[in-house]
Amino acid sequence: MAEIRISGVTKSYTQKLQVIHGIDVTIADGEFIVIVGPSGCGKSTLLRMIAGLETITGGEIAIGGRVVNQVEPKDRNIAMVFQNYALYPHMTVYENMSYGLRIRRLAPAQIQERVERAAKILELGPFLQRKPRELSGGQRQRVAMGRAIVREPAAFLFDEPLSNLDAKLRVQMRLEIQKLHRSLKTTSIFVTHDQVEAMTLADRMIVMNAGRVEQIGRPIDVYADPASLFVAGFIGSPAMNFLPGKRSGDDVELPGGMRVAIPAELRAKAGGEVTVGVRPEHLAAEGAGPEFRITVDTIEALGADSLVHGAFGDATLVVRMDGGRAPAMGSALPVRAQAGKLFFFDTASGKRIAA
Amino acid sequence: MEKRVVFQSRWLPYVLVAPQIAITVIFFFWPAVQAGYFSFLVQDPFGQSSSFVWFQNFRDLVRDTNYLESFQTTAVFSLAVAASGIAISLLLAVMAERVVRGATIYKTLLIWPYAVAPAVAGVLWAFLFAPSLGIVAYWLERLGVNWNYNVNGGQAMLLVVIAATWKQISYNFLFFLAGLQSIPRSLLEAAAIDGASPLRRFWTIVFPLLSPTTFFLLVINVVYAFFDTFGVIDATTEGGPAGATQILVYKVYFDGVKGSDLGGSAAQSVILMAIVIGLTVVQFRFVEKKVQY
Amino acid sequence: MVENRPWSDFLAHLVLIAGVIVVAFPLYVTFIASTLTYDQIITVPMPLTPGDQLFENYGQVLRAGSGKGSHAAVLPMLGNSLVMAIGVAVGKIAISIISAFAIVYFRFPLRRLFFWMIFVTLMLPIEVRIIPTYGVAASLHLLNSYSGLILPLIASATATFLFRQFYLTIPDELAEAARIDGAGPLRFFWDVLLPLSRTNIAALFVILFILGWNQYLWPLLITSEESMYTVVIGIKRMISGGDAANEWNLIMATAMLALLPPALVVVLMQKWFVKGLVETEK
Repeated sequence: MAEIRISGVTKSYTQKLQVIHGIDVTIADGEFIVIVGPSGCGKSTLLRMIAGLETITGGEIAIGGRVVNQVEPKDRNIAMVFQNYALYPHMTVYENMSYGLRIRRLAPAQIQERVERAAKILELGPFLQRKPRELSGGQRQRVAMGRAIVREPAAFLFDEPLSNLDAKLRVQMRLEIQKLHRSLKTTSIFVTHDQVEAMTLADRMIVMNAGRVEQIGRPIDVYADPASLFVAGFIGSPAMNFLPGKRSGDDVELPGGMRVAIPAELRAKAGGEVTVGVRPEHLAAEGAGPEFRITVDTIEALGADSLVHGAFGDATLVVRMDGGRAPAMGSALPVRAQAGKLFFFDTASGKRIAA
Repeated sequence: MEKRVVFQSRWLPYVLVAPQIAITVIFFFWPAVQAGYFSFLVQDPFGQSSSFVWFQNFRDLVRDTNYLESFQTTAVFSLAVAASGIAISLLLAVMAERVVRGATIYKTLLIWPYAVAPAVAGVLWAFLFAPSLGIVAYWLERLGVNWNYNVNGGQAMLLVVIAATWKQISYNFLFFLAGLQSIPRSLLEAAAIDGASPLRRFWTIVFPLLSPTTFFLLVINVVYAFFDTFGVIDATTEGGPAGATQILVYKVYFDGVKGSDLGGSAAQSVILMAIVIGLTVVQFRFVEKKVQY
Repeated sequence: MVENRPWSDFLAHLVLIAGVIVVAFPLYVTFIASTLTYDQIITVPMPLTPGDQLFENYGQVLRAGSGKGSHAAVLPMLGNSLVMAIGVAVGKIAISIISAFAIVYFRFPLRRLFFWMIFVTLMLPIEVRIIPTYGVAASLHLLNSYSGLILPLIASATATFLFRQFYLTIPDELAEAARIDGAGPLRFFWDVLLPLSRTNIAALFVILFILGWNQYLWPLLITSEESMYTVVIGIKRMISGGDAANEWNLIMATAMLALLPPALVVVLMQKWFVKGLVETEK
């Protein structure tokens, strides 16, 4: 187990194509960190640079205090779980899991002990002599994890491992990964595009977009205190409502004429173009904040909750309401934001206006 | 096409390609270059010395009626082999594709001639057509045909065409079968609903969709007829009678080995190389790019 | 077929059976002839039912060849053919599989050059450069030897392309996982790539074995000693000038021996044979 330090890391494929623009983060020993972002944001590239599968153009990566820029993957003491499992099709589960150990010339007795221990944790005991094609997707993914566990590495690297599984299996595997981390306590770096996975698994999250880090923090902090429009819109489902407006004195004037007051401590920092954000779950019939009058357009009935989409001038606001109380279609619905749950963003830069 | 993942090693890749590159240089490039070089030489009658004569050999060839005849012979031969080979195997493939029961048995029974060496195929058919002995020769005589391919050039050509085509049917058959099986059922069903008869369906749908395969086999069969049929000729007619079956590749051998005309034979080799390269280019340009709809 | 027309099915079967008969006819006649005596053959028409000379004829040619043409025993010739066929198949597969591995999984200077050099060999069959190749083999003292029979024939690149194509379809993650597991390139090749290539190797083996066994022009040039003849050129040498003097029953017996091994390979390994044919022509 080890600390992983990423300092000023950049990645370019040619002179013109820079895909990672300077990342700094220190991952603590034993931490479960999730790198989350949309497709193409560079999260897999970053993971692969940590693994040693991609070269590092600029900056340094250190694992356990040792700079590994020039070190081969096999010598970095890491193990990786791939999205499509990457199991050797012609080897049995046992052989797949023990391959790395056999190469390292561990004693057969020791290999057996480690494989059986991992198999026990992952409930793979009955499958040890089967070939991958005889297993289901979930079982194959567990074999892939078993292969990583037996190596007893300094860190686990997960590259979107749950993306190929169906929804129900994904939920199940999430819990298993959490349990695994609690018992093994190995430093883990988990890459995903699914923000629900990120929120449930992470000790801390790294939110990435277009090769840059948007925010690093605990899930609850990233949720409650987003650093930018991107993070605010990416984290949290359903997504935050955004209303772009213009600064007018101490207020933001929204399209349609409605004015929202800017909190005192933010007035100095707010510019001319300000976007107001509020989460659907923070809008309700009662509340302390300003009132938005919406006309109900569509209702998504989810059972426990209902998502009410309402027209607000040219924009649409989504409100989360209790499942039992469904307003009539086309009706006028006044909703208010909860106190302190209005966010203000600088429209041009996307950055959050904070005290 | 490139792979993303790559191993790093300074010396290993060279070691791995070395055997193939070595063999290729020694037994391919070096002889090919030599053929080119010899084509510009003329040897004296005793093989003692040779002189550089630029394109003299080529000019002599172009004026040599035997050589030009050989060209014609080769053209006739390869077209006959290709056309009949393709027609017969297409028919068989279409029938085989239709038949549900016994398809595998027919397939097995029809593909084994591929295993027969061209030379052996030649011997088999030569036996069948042997002027005084062969069973087919006997039937032909009974029908009033005066059969002796050792004397009659046209008959000799017929013999070698039959032997060469017979061997190639299985190869073409397999490719046509694969091509037919890749045509979606739904197209034919739609046509049937539209009212097209089986024959119409074949000519307006199946045949056009099969055209990449047909074109591909055309090139392959022509190349086969040009080169792989050496054994057929040598085992039956040896280019005779009087050069009636002397195809170009046979002439290269005959002039070079039996006739010791190194320069002339080399010049012929060079011309053949040019033809083959031309055919290969045609194959790659047109066959590979030609995707139907 | 789309409609249900029993007579068209019947027609199809008819055509196919006719095809099979035409295709099999020479083989049948050859087999019959190999079981007859010489006199039975030259009396026209030849009988179309098997004779009783099977053991005599085959025994004769295997031990001592045919009387009038060549006296070489066929059994050693079969041995030479076998060595050549297996040598060509194994040799070609071996050098191609490692070349393909190098070209696909490594990036090194001259890679493009080597790739094109190998590619070019697809264009010129051996018949076109036959005489200079003979010259090269002679100068390397390879005449009348197994190496001489085999080496020049393994120069072409069909197998390399097959393996290259196959390797390009293997997911990158497999190599990456192996790298992380600690496998170097050779280890990866041996433990992962080679086992996965098994079907391709089998398919290629069938095709190349047949190719090697059926070679004619090259063995003709490079062997002058009877002890090195392959069975395919052995047959030709049995046929002396005039037809009537040939012992056709013995020649046909030799022909059967010459075509049986590759035919058996095709029929017994049909699945791999078809796969090999289709893959090598892409």
